[in-house]
Amino acid sequence: MEWNGSMNSMEKKESIKKSFAEGVRSGIPIGLGYFPVSFTFGFLAVAGGLPVWVAGLISLTNLTSAGQFAGTNLILAGAGYVEVALTTFVINLRYMLMSLSLSQKLERSTGTLERMVLAFGITDETFVVSSLKTGTLRASYMIGLMTMPILGWNLGTVLGGSISTLLPQALQNAMGIALYAMFIALIIPAARKSSHVLCVIAAAVAVTCVLKYVPLFSFISSGFRVILATVAASALGAYLFPREEETVQDDGQKEQEV
Amino acid sequence: MGAEAMELKRVLICVALMALVTYIPRVLPVTIFRKQIQSRFIRSFLDYTPYAVLGALTFPDVFFSTGHLCSAVGGTLVAVGLGYRGKSLVVVAMAAILTVYLLEMLL
Repeated sequence: MEWNGSMNSMEKKESIKKSFAEGVRSGIPIGLGYFPVSFTFGFLAVAGGLPVWVAGLISLTNLTSAGQFAGTNLILAGAGYVEVALTTFVINLRYMLMSLSLSQKLERSTGTLERMVLAFGITDETFVVSSLKTGTLRASYMIGLMTMPILGWNLGTVLGGSISTLLPQALQNAMGIALYAMFIALIIPAARKSSHVLCVIAAAVAVTCVLKYVPLFSFISSGFRVILATVAASALGAYLFPREEETVQDDGQKEQEV
Repeated sequence: MGAEAMELKRVLICVALMALVTYIPRVLPVTIFRKQIQSRFIRSFLDYTPYAVLGALTFPDVFFSTGHLCSAVGGTLVAVGLGYRGKSLVVVAMAAILTVYLLEMLL
């Protein structure tokens, strides 16, 4: 009886280790893919005037691309706390969908503490990989899966930040467009594939321009402009073109682009 | 407190806020709600927000992100063209930087 019991717990430990290792292996390509992106982030943040350690701290605590790029952009522009927090929050709202979707696939017995740890590692890419995995998800797999992406994201940031000051001034000036170019690279492929997405983007840009150039609205700061435009355009899109009901897999493939 | 320390304090508070609002949408559904969002409108809304926010962040500000309007427009065109062809974030960013750099040398 007792021997059986300890055997079971050993087996359990062994299988936790195995699923952790499986997660780490699945995360290697994600971590490699993150490296150049976070390298650019570190580079831009330091070129914009942040110390390397602050750029690293942002990557360590945020672990997200669009949200931390946009937030850092606003920090460098001298925006207020509410603008920084609201803009970042709006960009990260999509994680709610992924987190919800994963909660359906996660082993029922997963404890709250484990859920809190694995939630930190939810990104567009880890979401895709884990939602495409067959069967239920274990917390140990999810925690394994996030290790390499975290490593790649932070190493890239610190390295990019460290070489930033070594580049000539003219090149540093040209770097100003890099962030926007990445935003463009995120939205154009999706807009090409879906005319609905294109309409939503066009509406968001139109609202931004109206708020920016019509003198009546000049009291609205740049951060709130973005928030208002996002809410208006997304609501318009959801009203005019509601998405078809999707399975978890479809969600995953779609989210991969952002 | 000196001006520099004040600025660092502002930046660090901003970073903490960013970390918080990034973690909340990740952690709440998986720990507390544990249910599927039923409303089709809200699901669609959440689907569209990343595109809308990135569009609003990019245009028209991208045109004022460099030394000259001309170089910014050139860089934007290159980024849109390469993005349309599905090139990766890094390739698009590097090509746009290079375009701006070369155009600014000519101007």
